[in-house]
Amino acid sequence: MDQRFLDELGAVVAPGGLLTDAADLFTYESDALVHLRATPGAVVLPVSADEVQAVVRLCHRAGVPFVARGHGTGLSGGALPVEDGVVIGLSRLNRILDVDIPNLRVTVEPGVTNLEITRRVSPFGCYYAPDPSSQIVCSIGGNIAENSGGAHCLKYGFTVHHVLGVEAVLPNGDNVHIGGAALDLPGLDLLSVIVGSEGTLAVVTKATLRILRRPEAVLTLLAGFESIDLAGEAVSAIIGRGIVPAAVEMMDRLTIQAAEAAVQPRFPDANAVLIVELDGPQAEVDEQFAVVESVCRAQGATSMEIARDQAHRERIWRGRKAAFAAMGRVSPNYYVQDGVVPRTKLPEVLRRIRDLEARSGLRIGNVFHAGDGNLHPLICYDASVPGQAEHAEKVASEILLYCIEAGGSLTGEHGVGADKKAYMPKMFSTDDLDAMHLVRCAFDPAGLCNPGKVFPTPRLCGEVPGPYRQHPLERAGVVERF
Amino acid sequence: MDTQGSAFSSLAPLEPLMDKCVHCGFCLSTCPSYLLNGQEMDSPRGRIYLMRGGVQDRVAMSGTVVEHFDTCLGCMACETACPSGVRYAPLIEETRAAIERHHQRPLADRLFRRALFLILPYPRRLRLLAWPLATVHVLKRSPRVLAALPARIRHLIALAPQRPAGGPTAGDVPERTAAIGERRRRVGLVTGCVQRVFYGHVNQASARVLAAEGCEVTAPRRQGCCGALALHAGRDEDARQFARDLIRTFDGERWDSIVINAAGCGSTMKGYGELLKDDPAWAERARAFSSKVRDISETLSELLPPRAPRRQLPLRVGYHDACHLAHAQGVRAQPRRLLESIPGVTLVPLADAEICCGSAGIFNLVEPEMAAELGRRKIARLAEATPDVVVTSNPGCMLQMTTHARTAGHTFRIVHLAELLAESLTS
Repeated sequence: MDQRFLDELGAVVAPGGLLTDAADLFTYESDALVHLRATPGAVVLPVSADEVQAVVRLCHRAGVPFVARGHGTGLSGGALPVEDGVVIGLSRLNRILDVDIPNLRVTVEPGVTNLEITRRVSPFGCYYAPDPSSQIVCSIGGNIAENSGGAHCLKYGFTVHHVLGVEAVLPNGDNVHIGGAALDLPGLDLLSVIVGSEGTLAVVTKATLRILRRPEAVLTLLAGFESIDLAGEAVSAIIGRGIVPAAVEMMDRLTIQAAEAAVQPRFPDANAVLIVELDGPQAEVDEQFAVVESVCRAQGATSMEIARDQAHRERIWRGRKAAFAAMGRVSPNYYVQDGVVPRTKLPEVLRRIRDLEARSGLRIGNVFHAGDGNLHPLICYDASVPGQAEHAEKVASEILLYCIEAGGSLTGEHGVGADKKAYMPKMFSTDDLDAMHLVRCAFDPAGLCNPGKVFPTPRLCGEVPGPYRQHPLERAGVVERF
Repeated sequence: MDTQGSAFSSLAPLEPLMDKCVHCGFCLSTCPSYLLNGQEMDSPRGRIYLMRGGVQDRVAMSGTVVEHFDTCLGCMACETACPSGVRYAPLIEETRAAIERHHQRPLADRLFRRALFLILPYPRRLRLLAWPLATVHVLKRSPRVLAALPARIRHLIALAPQRPAGGPTAGDVPERTAAIGERRRRVGLVTGCVQRVFYGHVNQASARVLAAEGCEVTAPRRQGCCGALALHAGRDEDARQFARDLIRTFDGERWDSIVINAAGCGSTMKGYGELLKDDPAWAERARAFSSKVRDISETLSELLPPRAPRRQLPLRVGYHDACHLAHAQGVRAQPRRLLESIPGVTLVPLADAEICCGSAGIFNLVEPEMAAELGRRKIARLAEATPDVVVTSNPGCMLQMTTHARTAGHTFRIVHLAELLAESLTS
């Protein structure tokens, strides 16, 4: 990376805000998806929105690609650096700027962790609803980029339903306010364009979020089943009876064992467990619980345990939320897949996954947000066995095809990132992708903001869709085709 | 300095431990150095990445890299947070030993560290230093003189306890304290270095409470340091020697348990078996010793309900988990059970309880700025709970928190668990 450019970067951030040492850069080469790696040319760690803006301006002027990164917990390589580009680490922008309880909203910087918001507002009986499993550490900026979900999204919606407004730096260095304090603003809904754009349209520097009052009653049921199929049928039956639980989670035997080894949630010895959480007014919860209980019994639940207090509930959730990382207890390496199928297709897709497991010789654990059909197959492999990592990747991608064939989606909440961009054409037509690409170009004509993510074949803006023709900038040797 | 092999090569056998790390980042949320510095290299995940890079010859042991290992407080909160069960303690200890063998620190740094290790683990030398340290409080009132001193000395002065330990043997525990009533346990008491010099009254309170609950307490007069400070700073050979000496001191008697009231020492002593496993003459003795080591709260909670009558102490008590008790030894419930056994005590929850106070062995002496910031944050969280008393189980935490509570103008007392238990004894 050009020394003059580095000097300029160093001049616009506070002391200690520019990393160029090779060892320092080395630790930024991947997020939580470790098999994709690229070493950045520099990492900047701004402490204010102004610094972010100054850095983006410099990158824009010099034509250097940049990638925003929160705490590096993403599972799709969304914060994978561009080789020799700039990483804008937002970990130091970590202040909660305003807590407005009467209006039920908070304003935070992007490096604040998801759980910190709930911790800050819980003395007032409030919480922030989206709860990805990594909520203890994942950043709000990353949640906005990925439109993160979580166990409770079945009832409460995804991040997009909880962001009221953002301040963001556009790829040309302009600072913009999008959305506002009100629940619905007139005009084009640009906020929904930013949320879930995986860092390809802007760098969010401030966000105003909705918080919710804690429900009067919460009841968590942990039920064991003889098979995933029976548990899956129980889920369909519960929802079929008109109940929208706050969360319905399913885990299979392998992931139960892993969680047990890691955090001892004391799950029953079963081939599948369901965690069903009901919340709302006490009377409603009681009534719904009677239905859920009878459905589980009808599906032959082998055990049922009810958590009525916070400590017990936390123990159960700890088991579920640690499930991914806990795979490290039962397998040297694992690959987390994230796909969605219509709930009714769950049994069919699971059967295909089981066949694949037998065929591939790799163990596959399954954790689901069962209520909305979001699967998280965990493919176990041993990277020290030559070829096994690639094999696992193939197996993971085959599962994605099952999801798409079943009329689902190739990602529920982890994002497309660098990991799944190649599968986008399997889900979207060229026209669909071109339409998305035009939006991208409107924000980032130079293609500097997190390039190489989401889109399968990055095009230059201004390029006419269709057969490849050399762009004028390519001819001039200014840019090269990826 | 050893120049054989690559600087990180001694970590190669530990690669399977590193491979357990799946890079999920859960450890970042409770890592004090990541919270302060907000950069990947100052997190457990980043450090493990650097270690692996070092073993694979992709990372050299440069000054920058060493700094990232130096910022680790060794609090082990990451081990608690890790869902994959990564054992970070052996990794950082071996890394530090490798640094000591292969990396030359700047001269001032070297001299300062050497001085610390010539004094801290030796109670008699430490006591000599404690007197001038206690009198330097006069200096605190002359900011101009203070400002002229090097930062490290300034912080050393700031941390000096208010009250000297008294005469040369003022804080000492009698060699034998008989059990009151029928004897239930025979315990050996490790009296520590910093604890003995600065908090002799904690040792005395410990012996009193143990005796009141039916323990016959023996505190061998000539015991030395447990080696914790050396081990945590990468001086593993020194640590092994301290360990052998201490084991020898406690040899020859049949203890039910060897009791310690300093969390940092306890976690090291419980690890003697591991520390000396490659020393054939000592491996078995070390294992036997370690199996008997108990934190005082473990021993006392085994003896609950209390035999000795307790009097009412109407206090709001915040219990601060010492990192080396909670994270390193998994002892969390026992001290709380003991505090709840005191009539009148209300335990109040503390925010950010899993975050280190910044003391961390010699960390607040070698990395004073970071330690001070952590101390300030810790005290702010403690104050929010409006306690009358904050109870903990480690002398380092007590020094650090007392300093920062005073600076911030708070009046709540900071005491050792044994002190509050002793206060509640009626006789």
